Amino acid sequence: MLSRVADSIYWLTRYVERAENVARFVEVNLNLLLDSSSATTQWEPIVLTTGDLPLFRDRYGEATAENVIRFLTFDADYPNSILSCLRIARENARSVRDVISSEMWQQVNSFYLMVTEMAQSGHLSDLATILNFFEEVKLQSHLFAGVMDATMTHNEGWHFGQIGRLIERADKTARILDVKYYILLPSPKDVGSTLDELQWMALLKSASAYEMYRKQGAHRISPMAVAEFLILDREFPRSVRSCITRAERSLHHITGTPVGNWRIPVERSLGRLRSDLDYITIEEIIQQGLHEFLDNLQSRMNEVGDKIFTTFFSLETVA
Amino acid sequence: MNFNDYDPGDFYDELFIQQGQPRPEAIPLIERLNALGMEEVLRRQKAAQIALFKMGVTFNVYSDNQGTERILPFDIIPRIVSADDWTILEKGLKQRIYALNKFLADVYSDQKILKDSVIPAEIVYSASGFLKPCMGLQPPEGIWCHITGTDLVRDRNGQWYVLEDNLRCPSGVSYVLENRRVMKSTFPMVFDTMKIQAVEEYPSQLLETLLNLAPDHLSDPTVVVLTPGIYNSAYFEHSFLAQQMGVQLVEGRDLVVTDGYLQMRTTKGLQRVDVIYRRIDDDFIDPKAFRPDSMLGVPGLMEVYRAGKVAIANALGTGVADDKVIYSYVPDMIRYYLGEEAIIPNVPTFLCWEPHQQSHVLANLDKLVVKSAGESGGYGMLVGPHATPAQREEFAQKIKAFPRNYIAQPTLCLSRVPAIIDDQFEGCHVDLRPYILYGKNIFVNPGGLTRVALRRGSLVVNSSQGGGSKDTWVVCKE
Repeated sequence: MLSRVADSIYWLTRYVERAENVARFVEVNLNLLLDSSSATTQWEPIVLTTGDLPLFRDRYGEATAENVIRFLTFDADYPNSILSCLRIARENARSVRDVISSEMWQQVNSFYLMVTEMAQSGHLSDLATILNFFEEVKLQSHLFAGVMDATMTHNEGWHFGQIGRLIERADKTARILDVKYYILLPSPKDVGSTLDELQWMALLKSASAYEMYRKQGAHRISPMAVAEFLILDREFPRSVRSCITRAERSLHHITGTPVGNWRIPVERSLGRLRSDLDYITIEEIIQQGLHEFLDNLQSRMNEVGDKIFTTFFSLETVA
Repeated sequence: MNFNDYDPGDFYDELFIQQGQPRPEAIPLIERLNALGMEEVLRRQKAAQIALFKMGVTFNVYSDNQGTERILPFDIIPRIVSADDWTILEKGLKQRIYALNKFLADVYSDQKILKDSVIPAEIVYSASGFLKPCMGLQPPEGIWCHITGTDLVRDRNGQWYVLEDNLRCPSGVSYVLENRRVMKSTFPMVFDTMKIQAVEEYPSQLLETLLNLAPDHLSDPTVVVLTPGIYNSAYFEHSFLAQQMGVQLVEGRDLVVTDGYLQMRTTKGLQRVDVIYRRIDDDFIDPKAFRPDSMLGVPGLMEVYRAGKVAIANALGTGVADDKVIYSYVPDMIRYYLGEEAIIPNVPTFLCWEPHQQSHVLANLDKLVVKSAGESGGYGMLVGPHATPAQREEFAQKIKAFPRNYIAQPTLCLSRVPAIIDDQFEGCHVDLRPYILYGKNIFVNPGGLTRVALRRGSLVVNSSQGGGSKDTWVVCKE
């Protein structure tokens, strides 16, 4: 498969996933806003989650609901807004139309058209419309993943797409946990203190994890159990461990190396990360500091992303 | 309104002999349309446009830096070509392509046709498409031009003419295929009752044509389509054809010349490329051999090509036969190489570099269409009868300054086909671009792209100038 094509599919799925996650962040906060009991809904942490807070401050100043929503959804000059994500995703899809299925192309194309239409309609201030919109973004993203799964041969290109989607998802789950946890429990000694259950429920919901969390062993909501679920659950599809495990499988499908072995540096980085997640406990994580752990996790995932680039996509270094 | 009110006027109409009298081959269609009623026809027209947009059958608009894509406006009233007409056209097109290929092979080797003074040598040497570095090239099987889109028109009397040859990278065949797909869902019942020749064979024939270029000893040659990228106006077509053939769509940056071969950069290292269907003009394909500023091509490609280690369709240098002055000599080529008369005549053409003809052109600018020899896409044209005196004067100066670069032709009254304009049937002028493939044999895809001038009274059918398209139905022989 052409390096350029693999690269485009990887970013295609990654950007669709990113758009979905942005919609999740904002949607959950909007829902909190509607609960009169939680008077302290903050918007700045959402921007903090994206890692682009300084840029936001420069451009918009105060983090009001409207500013944040505008920035994260329809700001064409902000590369990680939903609108920009879809534009880039579609551009990538267009450049590999001959490789992906027509159904995938049509789905990402109509997804993009839906978002641009919404951006042009100027209905931003209408809460019902905007909530509906985020719902639709999540749905379209799921539709895209489903169409891809059902219509594209599970070949090398498909596996690159999987890796893109899963790395992005793991990264976003880690980010949202990091920021929320920090706000809700600034220091490890607060573990076990009274918690704002609504906020924790919102955190779970933003990862579509609330119902699944309730169903697994620990039905009660406790910060530690929530962190454990989102980082280490083996079966929940948005947990970091689940994403990393499946990304590793896709990587080994591409290289042909059996899982558990490594030949090239990227296999080693990802395998090691997966293995750490397999054996670490939530107690150990809390002990070393959740924030420090997540921070380290994110830089290791970035490292994997970089190595994927140099191994497969970089045009200069192909042997 | 229905078709009973449609008046073909003083034009050759492809569907009607006169008001209320459809041509025999069009009767089932007209009956069906009348039975559906105008409202339903309009509804289907809208549905067809939406389907094309959703399918992403688009072209890019150059001037627009937003990368806007548009669909080629599509009109659902098809154009019908009778079986008898098609038999003649098919024969005539094969004859023409055969002669043009003989010419290309000759002009880049022995140049017999120049030595025998059938075509003035200075005309060939001064053609912008004539590439000196291609002298002595020996493309596989001696075929230079594998893919052609020849523009045909019909005048007021129904006579067919060749308007121009497109031997470099003719576009539009993807619309033929996608328009047909939409039309089948728009008028399934008409397809059911009329016998219409299928067009869907084109991608397989194209792949065969390309595979035919690979050296015999390769069991599984690698064929690619080379595109300038997603910002090219015909990008949709490039990806569509690659997809339909199941081959890789590559850009210049995916390719590299190493070890004397052309290779593409894949996730598993370099992989050899054997055949290129290039959709990049000659000038851009190798910055080492041609334009040094080109970012689209592959440095060193020409050398590999010359060594016969990669095949290219169309061969580099075919543009010389695309020149509008050289076009006027095609009937002479047919006579010279084949000893036959041209089956489809050229439009009468005046060559401005001949003093006699130039003075005729200058005296009749208000009646003629002037075209510059090396341009295409409706650019660099003067439509005399519709031009202002100032525009005509400007062209007169250009012609005098650079006579080699201009030809003139009488303004033909192009034939018309009804199209839907402002919710009514209106006669609109059309041309026809059939697609011809030259591999082991010559294959002419039945029909072609009918381009239609969707502005009232306009003669300009180019998509860049507000034209649209129609499906073209070639009726099967009884």
